[in-house]
Amino acid sequence: MFWQIDLAILTLVVVTAVGSLMVKDLLGAAILFGAYSFLMCLLWSIMGAVDVAFTEASVGAGVSSVFFVAAVFRTSRRTKD
Amino acid sequence: MKIIGLIITIITGAFLVYAAVDFPAWADPNSPASTYLSPYFIENSMKDTSVPNFVTSLLADYRGFDTMFETTVIFTAGLVCFILLRISGGKEPETRHYRHVLTGVTVTLKEGRKIPASEDFERIDDLWTPPDLIIKTGCRLMIPFIQLFALYVIAHGHSSPGGGFQGGVILGASIILLAISHDLRTALERMREKVVAILCPVGVAIYAGTGTLCLLLGLNFLDYSALASVLHVDPISARSHGILMVEIGVGIAVMTTMIWIYNNISSAGKYNQGL
Amino acid sequence: MSELIPTIIAKYNYWIYITLMMIGLYAMIAKNNLVKKIVGMNIFQTAIILFYVSIGVKKGATIPISTGGHGAAHEVVHAADYLNPLPHVLMLTAIVVGVATLGVALALALRIYSRYNTLEEDEILAQIRKK
Repeated sequence: MFWQIDLAILTLVVVTAVGSLMVKDLLGAAILFGAYSFLMCLLWSIMGAVDVAFTEASVGAGVSSVFFVAAVFRTSRRTKD
Repeated sequence: MKIIGLIITIITGAFLVYAAVDFPAWADPNSPASTYLSPYFIENSMKDTSVPNFVTSLLADYRGFDTMFETTVIFTAGLVCFILLRISGGKEPETRHYRHVLTGVTVTLKEGRKIPASEDFERIDDLWTPPDLIIKTGCRLMIPFIQLFALYVIAHGHSSPGGGFQGGVILGASIILLAISHDLRTALERMREKVVAILCPVGVAIYAGTGTLCLLLGLNFLDYSALASVLHVDPISARSHGILMVEIGVGIAVMTTMIWIYNNISSAGKYNQGL
Repeated sequence: MSELIPTIIAKYNYWIYITLMMIGLYAMIAKNNLVKKIVGMNIFQTAIILFYVSIGVKKGATIPISTGGHGAAHEVVHAADYLNPLPHVLMLTAIVVGVATLGVALALALRIYSRYNTLEEDEILAQIRKK
């Protein structure tokens, strides 16, 4: 495990997490949350948890992004914060 | 509210940092989590179940009871989505729109009227956008391979990463892809609401039924070595086959729950054209 | 002071996990929009899962799949060669249960939207007070 890659991905994870909470558009938040989940999946495959990484790649980055987009489509994209 | 939230967050974070100082060093082989229970699982998994992937044997055999109730939780979540959105929110609109496929003419009907029984009419909503040809064809080519890969993931979970949860989610995602690339009605024709609602408890029942079968054959609940007399294999291979049966149950339950939740959320319980 | 800096550097993973967890907690408490709150809940959840998975990491160990394959039942397996599979199992189910609870949370948000026609918390509270 290279600590450089680890640290770079951890930084990107924090950036995407803050970004998905700061962005003023719920669809953008949903897509950034998908990116966050995929970076998390990379982090777990670095740690050697292959099963957990596989689950997160299919569940977190795949299905839950679709759920968010579907919910935003049925409600509104507007947000005040 | 923001200042109170910030204060609570900082206090909780300070407590966690104070606790984290006492943690064992990063990647320490002698940390308490890796010394008491897990060496038993690693050393005996091959002897007990002949499953090379320790995660699978631990998930479905040593901790089988836990996984059974996790599956029940997933089924309950699908049921809650159905009750919240479909039963209380899904009402048929008063006017219906039908589109004649060959000519593109739209017919609007008041409540109670019916269209002539013909294959040429398709039901549409107030907003109708023509489906994109490239996306439709591309997804239609991809979906069978996605499903084949999902079945491989379920069946090959014994010796590679994968298993019922992952394969079930990928199977569900293939149907969701169909619903996104065409529309929800096309996906509902392939996988009807009733089929989804029946298959979801069936998946949980396969899991619990495997356990009960072991109980009926004279051993403990979910002790798959009891299946040896039914399958005509030695007890260790019987455990391996029992894990496969359980994974299939988990896969069915997870697949149908994903489809169920997507159907309800994307159409807000009305089951119209969806996204 | 000379002991403090190596401790901080050696445990940098833990500090980032705590940061992520606190980002999620703050979003759950302070954000006004319901979907933002749900995103915060998921970030909180993933940070906890990340912490659990990091417990299972061992130095000099490989992924928890036996290298011998199916036929090697009599081969002696050393526990030190493989990562700890127990946190992986617990967290694998937690992720799938997490997406199921996400579905329930979004369904509740949809019901609230159909009743109050907004997702903002203060506007919902104002409408409740008016009644």
